[in-house]
Amino acid sequence: MIRKRKSCLAIVVALLTVVGFASSAPASEAKKPERIGPTVKIHRGEKCVEDTEFMRRNHMKVILHQRDETMHQGIRTTKHSLKNCVDCHADPKTNSVLDQEGFCSSCHEFASVKIDCFSCHTDKRDKNAVAVAPFKGVAKRVQP
Amino acid sequence: MSLSRREFIGIGGAAVAGMALAPGLRLVELAQARSPDEAVTSLQRWGLLVDIGKCHDCDACVTACHEENGVTGHGRPATDPQWIRKVTLKDKQSGYVQTLPVMCQHCEEPPCVDVCPTGASFKRADGIVLVDKHICIGCRYCMMACPYKARSFVHEDTTDQKPQVPRGKGTVESCTLCVHRVDVGKIPACVKACNKDGNKAMVFGDLKDPNSDIRKQLAAGVSTQLRPDLNLNTGVRYRGI
Repeated sequence: MIRKRKSCLAIVVALLTVVGFASSAPASEAKKPERIGPTVKIHRGEKCVEDTEFMRRNHMKVILHQRDETMHQGIRTTKHSLKNCVDCHADPKTNSVLDQEGFCSSCHEFASVKIDCFSCHTDKRDKNAVAVAPFKGVAKRVQP
Repeated sequence: MSLSRREFIGIGGAAVAGMALAPGLRLVELAQARSPDEAVTSLQRWGLLVDIGKCHDCDACVTACHEENGVTGHGRPATDPQWIRKVTLKDKQSGYVQTLPVMCQHCEEPPCVDVCPTGASFKRADGIVLVDKHICIGCRYCMMACPYKARSFVHEDTTDQKPQVPRGKGTVESCTLCVHRVDVGKIPACVKACNKDGNKAMVFGDLKDPNSDIRKQLAAGVSTQLRPDLNLNTGVRYRGI
């Protein structure tokens, strides 16, 4: 009799532990701090010249490659040019990529990486650039 | 099969002629059309011819250049950048006065390139001499080496640069022969302004193309380089000095 009781208790305890674990799992996820990241506003264009994931990691390599080709060989394709980045990503209000919520500066400030480009290149959109239909501004949270 | 001496020479001659002709034809074809994704080649060499006889008291070229390239000063003539300037020559004996525009002469053997410690000062395959500001450290050796005083140092922060013409503090700059315009098939801003508002004293073109306007004009009359004694073979030529 006592043995039966003991085994019942063990089963109940085991069940409780399982239930406890199961219920505590979503609780711990909810407690996780919100992931921090810069707010990057994308104003124009449905889609970048490359995949977003690729550009996040490699935009600097892409620009560097194009820079040398343009400077030394006169190759002036627009796909990977810095000018093309600015023309598409500049804030429609300020025409710049560098203001507080600017496309370049918001992320670079968050990551504390200095941008050298704009000590020589203009951060303003080319007024004569081919107009692309404005895309309604969406604030996107970028996961770090 | 044995060839006589005469047959052998005949066949050899035809083969050599064929080899010479085929690349020759291709050169012209390439030189005429370049798409934005094609690199510049040494099949072209850009140059300018300035007829001083037609150049009078006017600075349309200077204004147009500085407007096109966003070159602005701060009212400090000693340090303000200058990509092109009007120089006045006066004959002491007769008092005859001439003025001429002087800018980077786009030498075939540029002294600025020889002295540059980083490789920032370079000559493009098509003969345009440029500064790669990404690697310029601002040492200004090129400014000392240039016999034409064509280069300027940017002493102060720049704002509102033109999208096609980056300019920044701490680097050296000079006439680019409006490379951003030339690459898309336009003529430099100074030549455009001289033809429109000035005295039509400037001709721009390909020095290697026998059918170009500049080549024909150079062949038709006397022209000179500035400081020909330096043997730099400049791309900018003058007539009537």
